Amino acid sequence: MIPTLVLASIVIFTIIQLPPGDYVESYIGELLAAGESVDLERVEYLRAEYGLDQPMWKRYLLWITNFVQGDFGYSFENQRPVSEVVGNRLWLTILVSFATIILTWVIAFPIGIYSATHQYSWGDYGLTFLGLLGLATPNFLLALVMMYFAQTIFGVSIGGLMDKEFIDQPMSWPKFWSVLEHLIVPTVVIGTAGTAAMIRRIRANLLDELEKQYVITARAKGVPPFKALVKYPLRMSLNFFVADIGSLLPSIISGAEIVSIVLSLQTTGPLLITALKSQDMYLAGSFLMFLATLTVIGVLLSDIALGFLDPRIRLQGGADK
Amino acid sequence: MSEKPTSALPKEDTKELHHFVSDAPFDLRSVQTLTPEQEKIYFASQLTLMWWKFKKHRVAVWSGVFLLVIYASVLFSEFLSPWNYQTKHTKYIYVPPQGIHLFHDGKFEGPFVYELKRKLNLETMTREYTQDKKKIVKLSFFCSGDNYHWMGLISGDNHLVCAPIGKPFFLLGTDRLGRDMLSRIIQGARISLTIGLIGIAVSFFLGIVIGGAAGYYGGWVDMVVQRIIEVLQSIPTIPLWLSLSAIMPASWSPILIYFGITIILGLLDWTGLARAVRSKLLSLREEDYVLAARLIGAGPSRIIGRHLVPGFMSHLIASATITIPTMILGETALSFLGLGLREPITSWGVLLNEAQNINVVAIFPWLMIPVVPVILVIIAFNFLGDGLRDAADPYK
Repeated sequence: MIPTLVLASIVIFTIIQLPPGDYVESYIGELLAAGESVDLERVEYLRAEYGLDQPMWKRYLLWITNFVQGDFGYSFENQRPVSEVVGNRLWLTILVSFATIILTWVIAFPIGIYSATHQYSWGDYGLTFLGLLGLATPNFLLALVMMYFAQTIFGVSIGGLMDKEFIDQPMSWPKFWSVLEHLIVPTVVIGTAGTAAMIRRIRANLLDELEKQYVITARAKGVPPFKALVKYPLRMSLNFFVADIGSLLPSIISGAEIVSIVLSLQTTGPLLITALKSQDMYLAGSFLMFLATLTVIGVLLSDIALGFLDPRIRLQGGADK
Repeated sequence: MSEKPTSALPKEDTKELHHFVSDAPFDLRSVQTLTPEQEKIYFASQLTLMWWKFKKHRVAVWSGVFLLVIYASVLFSEFLSPWNYQTKHTKYIYVPPQGIHLFHDGKFEGPFVYELKRKLNLETMTREYTQDKKKIVKLSFFCSGDNYHWMGLISGDNHLVCAPIGKPFFLLGTDRLGRDMLSRIIQGARISLTIGLIGIAVSFFLGIVIGGAAGYYGGWVDMVVQRIIEVLQSIPTIPLWLSLSAIMPASWSPILIYFGITIILGLLDWTGLARAVRSKLLSLREEDYVLAARLIGAGPSRIIGRHLVPGFMSHLIASATITIPTMILGETALSFLGLGLREPITSWGVLLNEAQNINVVAIFPWLMIPVVPVILVIIAFNFLGDGLRDAADPYK
């Protein structure tokens, strides 16, 4: 786990450094474009202050030691520490991601089970097709269309994460309700792609299990059909699902970024993308690193959960070592 | 229970059994004859079996045919589109889709469209087009019309269907510069469809080489590869795409950017494939035939490439088919963020990029039509992949 994180930090840092130029350069570019004069001394001062004149490996070491100690660096663009900039938005991101995951499960599970038990029926084809439709539609377009219909048909403005009057207000029931209302469209849009993939995998895994002899035995000796489905085959087909929980996060966040831009949600997505574009390196780097850490922890947790769920995996793993 | 249980075996004191071997030549067919149908199945090659299995999945077959047709159309995009996709019809900006008619005044005229009357609506400041029911524009087939350069090489002016130059004929409407959407969609197919193929080729190559090395050598190679895959999978793809495409200098020609983007999409996609290859190889490398090959003196690359990979190639192809859509969608996402392809290169992503504000949805909904081919192609690839995956294991 630690080597993975070290490697991830190196990869992330290199990626952020890859585009030519640095923040000071793009800042100067902006100043020049605005018609302001730039004096060289100030440029050098800025460079030195942000540590941009150091060689790359030194900057990396500086960044990562600070990161480990809980100092995530300074955002050039926002003129504030990264932890402050990201902090609020991170909770919203986690909220949206969490809601999306729940929605995906709630939709995908019954459909996947139905498709597997009614293989090649019209219901199976139809539901698979619906799922694929969700997978195939580009997220940003779906978000746009839903935003339009929500406005014209239901009269709900769904841009942002809450109604305007609730921004900067303490948490209350009406505010909570408003957030919930605004969550519906983003979660549906972000969830569509994941749902289709989830349905197919549940279906495929469950079908594999249902073909096995023990299911036939169970049926033959008169176990009620529902129990014969849920007790073992379903449980076995869940392995992949638990194994996936960790890696679900990056894909949901990726999907959420674009949708957040369209719907102007105050999540981390738009922030990250502008940070990457303007080379606000500590903001982008620390945030990506944070995500990577979350994912690695998620994978670890899902491995442990898998060991609990299926003792065979635990035992085999022990024998290999 | 005083009695001894009787055994089914002959008692020991009986005469020794006579060992008999028949000298007559043995003919299998005398015991079991195969019907012609059975013979056909038992002697069919693996490929034939796969084909039979694949044919059973009707939807997959039709998806395959559909994809073949539209991939073939990529070769003749210029000929199939009614206009050159870059021609700007300045008189016809934001024209809504037109319908094709056959009868005019109760008389059969062959396919035609009505001419358009334009009116500037001063209240909403939009152009409004109405059909001029008196004038008709007849369509001709295999005609010469707008000039084009086929693949940028050979110039020509043949089109499958066209209207006289200067007359309106826009089946799917026009965009903000008066360019024909249908022609642009047909032209965009060339880029969007090939991006998936080249990207998958890159990721296929990387996946087999890296995953193959990890699975075959095991040990520290495997460790390193596993870690790299974990790292790549723990970072959301969009930031990776973003910064990788930001590296490409703006001075690059559109074609170079196109190849750059395909390679970026491929570079980040190989991890899943490498994992599949690795886990398969880990189990297959212990097989006897691998040992035999090694004893004869075959090197690792030959054993992997010649003996191991073909064993599960069909699975790989099936899973690759399912990832092509990811690439196509990835391209649209990149173009949406303004970091993908740029004009004059036209892809479905570039077209959708113009449909990204709410005005379009409300006023010019036909600009969203490029999403239809995107959806169709992605669904077709998914069904085809499903069919291939079933066929990959024909003995089941």
